[in-house]
Amino acid sequence: MILKAKVYNKIFAFQSLKEVMAKANEEKSGDELVGIAAKSASERVAAKLVLSNLTLEDIYNNPVIPYEEDEVTRAIYDGLNLRIYQEIKSWTVGYLREYILDHKTTGEDLAHISRGLTSEMIAAVAKLMSTMDLVFGSKKMRVQSHCNTTLGVPGTLAFRCQPNHPTDNVEGMLASLKEGLAYGSGDAVIGINPVEDNVETVTRLLDTVKNFMLKWEIPTQNCVLAHVTTQMKAIEKGAPVDLVFQSIAGTQKANDAFGVSAAILDEAFALAQRKGTATGPNLMYFETGQGSEVSLDAHLGVDMMTLEARTYGYARGYRPFMTNNVSGFIGPETIYSGREVIRADLEDLFMGKLHGLPMGIAPCYTNHMKADQNDQEMGTLLCAMAGSNFFMGVPGGDDVMLSYQDTSYHDDASTREILGLRPLPEFEKWLEKMGILENGKLTERAGDPSIFDK
Amino acid sequence: MAVANNELEKVIIQSVMEELAKKGLLSQKGKDHVMAAAMMDTPLVPNTESEEMVTFPPQEEMQISNPFNADAVKAMKKLTPARIGIGRAGTRPKTMSLLRFLADHAVAQDAVFLDVSEGFLQRMNLMSVQSAAVSKDEFLQRPDLGRRLSEEAVKIVSEKCEKNVQVQILIVDGLSSTAIEANIPDLLPALMQGLKSAGIKVGAPFFVKNGRVWVQDHVASIVNSEVIISLIGERPGLGTAESLSAYMIYRPNETTVEADRTVISNIHKGGIPPAEAGAHLTDVIQQILAAKASGVKLNQQK
Repeated sequence: MILKAKVYNKIFAFQSLKEVMAKANEEKSGDELVGIAAKSASERVAAKLVLSNLTLEDIYNNPVIPYEEDEVTRAIYDGLNLRIYQEIKSWTVGYLREYILDHKTTGEDLAHISRGLTSEMIAAVAKLMSTMDLVFGSKKMRVQSHCNTTLGVPGTLAFRCQPNHPTDNVEGMLASLKEGLAYGSGDAVIGINPVEDNVETVTRLLDTVKNFMLKWEIPTQNCVLAHVTTQMKAIEKGAPVDLVFQSIAGTQKANDAFGVSAAILDEAFALAQRKGTATGPNLMYFETGQGSEVSLDAHLGVDMMTLEARTYGYARGYRPFMTNNVSGFIGPETIYSGREVIRADLEDLFMGKLHGLPMGIAPCYTNHMKADQNDQEMGTLLCAMAGSNFFMGVPGGDDVMLSYQDTSYHDDASTREILGLRPLPEFEKWLEKMGILENGKLTERAGDPSIFDK
Repeated sequence: MAVANNELEKVIIQSVMEELAKKGLLSQKGKDHVMAAAMMDTPLVPNTESEEMVTFPPQEEMQISNPFNADAVKAMKKLTPARIGIGRAGTRPKTMSLLRFLADHAVAQDAVFLDVSEGFLQRMNLMSVQSAAVSKDEFLQRPDLGRRLSEEAVKIVSEKCEKNVQVQILIVDGLSSTAIEANIPDLLPALMQGLKSAGIKVGAPFFVKNGRVWVQDHVASIVNSEVIISLIGERPGLGTAESLSAYMIYRPNETTVEADRTVISNIHKGGIPPAEAGAHLTDVIQQILAAKASGVKLNQQK
């Protein structure tokens, strides 16, 4: 394993694969904060050069967090297809990049090698990729999943309608939901973040959305994004749950802080299969984000991007219906600028897809970051071109409960029309029946929440 | 002559008068006579000095053209602060929705990135020191630096602050300079007055630039006060950038954790009004002094 590189007249020597992985990253404030980022532009390139020459076997043999010490590492290694890994282990990371981008390599081919790649290998190759590389590579991969409806159908772009309310007021939530549906948002899921994390609130919101879906015959899935254990209690008490949600991270220590473990997730998945309301087989919804391990002081000296890949490695065993990042939500100490968050969104989309996950993106930002609406719209369009399965849908782009900005109902409709993408097939039929959409475009009647108030 | 009863009519009469006067067809006396007859009680100001300005329409205004049920949309808008019933131009927001969003975000960003003004600190008679974070960029990216004073600040605080008082008050910009300038002028005098009336010995309040909540632990270690309270700007939302929090702790040390702090948040004119907050905080500080504990430990004693 060669850990030394020469960039013109300068020689850079690295101590470990972990150090190379961190220093090969594009600039992000979280890596700087932890003190593991490259100290100069030349050192960054040197790290990329070293990484490009390492084999997949080198990466396999040097996990950034030991197998014995971390449940996430164990999930990644135990879930690996060894036969496929054996076939490709002599590839260098540089070769893997070219293989991914090669015209002869199809999405099917990538889905196949995906099973022989550890999360660290996937992170490594993404570190060698530019913006357009990431878009090009991501676009090849199309991952479909099925809960009540099918997500990821070619030519479609779906949205999570996110009608959050600052006091969990059911009528207020419904008002935002109606507005979202009237713009064609909500085919991925109707997913609410509750303020109060308790069984009563969660059940009330789940019941309300489920009844609304039944009354208006809306082909989608419901979800309330409380802690997984709260949702499990609600299911046990008979609440109608299509998708079980949980935020997860890339180290066992961070997952401990989230109050989640493989045992809990196993139990939740089993419960959704036995007592959930959805068709399946995909019944889980995960949110992730670069920097969560840093903000929880649970990074163990590993860079944010590699930890994000590990999070996807942890997720894939549960065959989720949907997974999305919220990298722009964590804060300026991990991702500072519009440029950093756009890069993170593209990395996450690519790494998630190469893990075989039905990936969506929340191209979001907070008010204490150096990012604005223009950055967010650029990120959204790039990720849509890269074939993100879904985005969020927030009224006017302003989440009045979580106090951050994400894709608006307007952005949802705009992105579809700009790129000629359609809603999920069943949902498109429903939108046409409701007179909201015609030939893939909003009708005159669209955007009016009162069409649900006859 | 009939009384000119609208602005347009007044403008027409005035321009005709001026044209006639220019051409020498009307004496000043004649002009005055006509103006008086037209009952133009206020002289007209030229447009360039107009008080007119462009403002946003009221937020509650329904923006959908030809809604199916306008009353239902209006009712919905009352149920949530979310941006609904805002209509569209094609698939995009209407111009006013776009500009209002930009304005709200701009106010939030200014609160985070602009400093509390020197003039304000002088008017409030506040001594100013800085955390170890030298710029806003560094402050936002390095939370650790905002949690301690700069070396220079340590020197100033050691030399100038009274030691061993019962209460030390800090004003900390945190994530909103706007919250400081909006609330401190009412909050600080109310709090000082309240503590004084209760017979509590208070050190001179001072300001910490680029500070985070934990900087109070560092200050307490120097001034050795019983209670230290930080009045700190909260992270602004698009709704308001003026919200302020008060963090109080009884004798912090190396083993202090977050749960040891008592927090009162949402202090602003739309939440807990600043003058009221002053009285409320006085009560809380008295409780902390009596219990010799804050945060969860204080609640357990209640």
